[in-house]
Amino acid sequence: MNTAWDAVKPFLVILFTMILTENYVLVKFLGICPFLGVSKKLDSAVGMSAAVTIVMVVASAATWCIQTFLLVPLGLEYMQTIAFILVIAALVQLIEFTLKKYIPALHKTLGIYLPLITTNCAVLGVTLLNFTNEYGFAQSLVNGLGAGLGFMLAMVLFSGVRRTLLRAKPPKCFEGLPITLVAASLTSLTFMGFTGIVEHLFA
Amino acid sequence: MAKKLKLITNGLFNENPVLRLVLGTCPTLAISVSATGGFGMGLAATFVLICSNMAISALRKVIPDKVRIPAYITLIAGFVTIIQMLIQAFSPELDQMLGIYLPLIVVNCIILGRAEMFASKNPVLDSALDGLGMGLGFTLTLTCMGIVRELIGAGTVFGLRVFPEEYAIRIMTMSPGGFFTFGCMIALLTAILQKRGKKLISSQNKCLGCPDCAHCEEANK
Repeated sequence: MNTAWDAVKPFLVILFTMILTENYVLVKFLGICPFLGVSKKLDSAVGMSAAVTIVMVVASAATWCIQTFLLVPLGLEYMQTIAFILVIAALVQLIEFTLKKYIPALHKTLGIYLPLITTNCAVLGVTLLNFTNEYGFAQSLVNGLGAGLGFMLAMVLFSGVRRTLLRAKPPKCFEGLPITLVAASLTSLTFMGFTGIVEHLFA
Repeated sequence: MAKKLKLITNGLFNENPVLRLVLGTCPTLAISVSATGGFGMGLAATFVLICSNMAISALRKVIPDKVRIPAYITLIAGFVTIIQMLIQAFSPELDQMLGIYLPLIVVNCIILGRAEMFASKNPVLDSALDGLGMGLGFTLTLTCMGIVRELIGAGTVFGLRVFPEEYAIRIMTMSPGGFFTFGCMIALLTAILQKRGKKLISSQNKCLGCPDCAHCEEANK
């Protein structure tokens, strides 16, 4: 029992850290464009973040293999940025083809979000941070999953905030994006309440 | 000559990439914690912008339309790697400060956005000037935001103490302060431009300069 818990614990720590205390959108500022652009409605917020989560996990796996088996043995670590962005771009295309061919129903719901993901800095960010943090293969996957779920949590919460915001009447110069950003600031403030929660949960 | 100058000043105010076109929000929010970081980030992005704009403009007749985005990204990634290695070699402190946001210049939509909107349609010199103007606009905005956040949040400007630390409102250097300052800066520039009677390219403060705009609209339907 105890040993099983010990084996799972580090993964849970990574997962919950990524979702709550190091939330990619609200704390680390990665993936702000889709956060502001696609959070107007709940279903598009969920769809977008589901697509992002899938790509993040697959990209974490692919880039880990490329870095470990290709770039490091060949001494090409400086090519990391170029290699990763191309891998992500190719992966997104590949996922789109695969979904279209084998799971058309899923492609119908998630397909429109996939073109937005190639240049999403959260995806490139998670793959680069896997190596900054020196994660192993399994840890990288969990890190990708946590980043994606954290993105989803922020998007879903914020789509609710934005619905309420529609009824507000801000000063003229604050209309549109500025007031949305102030609302994002308040949402991000609530996430500061999670500081230290992971250490205490898994201490 | 005046026309060329206009290309540069355009990026500073009327089409400020951060505050008017709302491009490159991620590094803006993350790096504007300090004035020095904002300035360094701005210069690094300016270098990449000028180089990539020139390269893409020079190759605009060679790159087939269908594969232009992957081609642009590869070119941009090349220049980002160059600046990354230069900064790591000559200023390790700046590298530490920028952290992951340095390689993330690759996906900074200012660069891809200008490649799509300007460099792929204009000659090399104009593209270089556009890159310079946009880069300066980015640097100016990031430095201003850095000064505001550092002053209120830590009581210093460029690391020099202005008032004692006890009076600093620390939240301004944390993430909520980033969103808040950014929102206020956009509102401020909008108010100034409105007052001076300028025609705004996007009257509603929307992120219209983004290369992904069409996809985003579709996703929102």
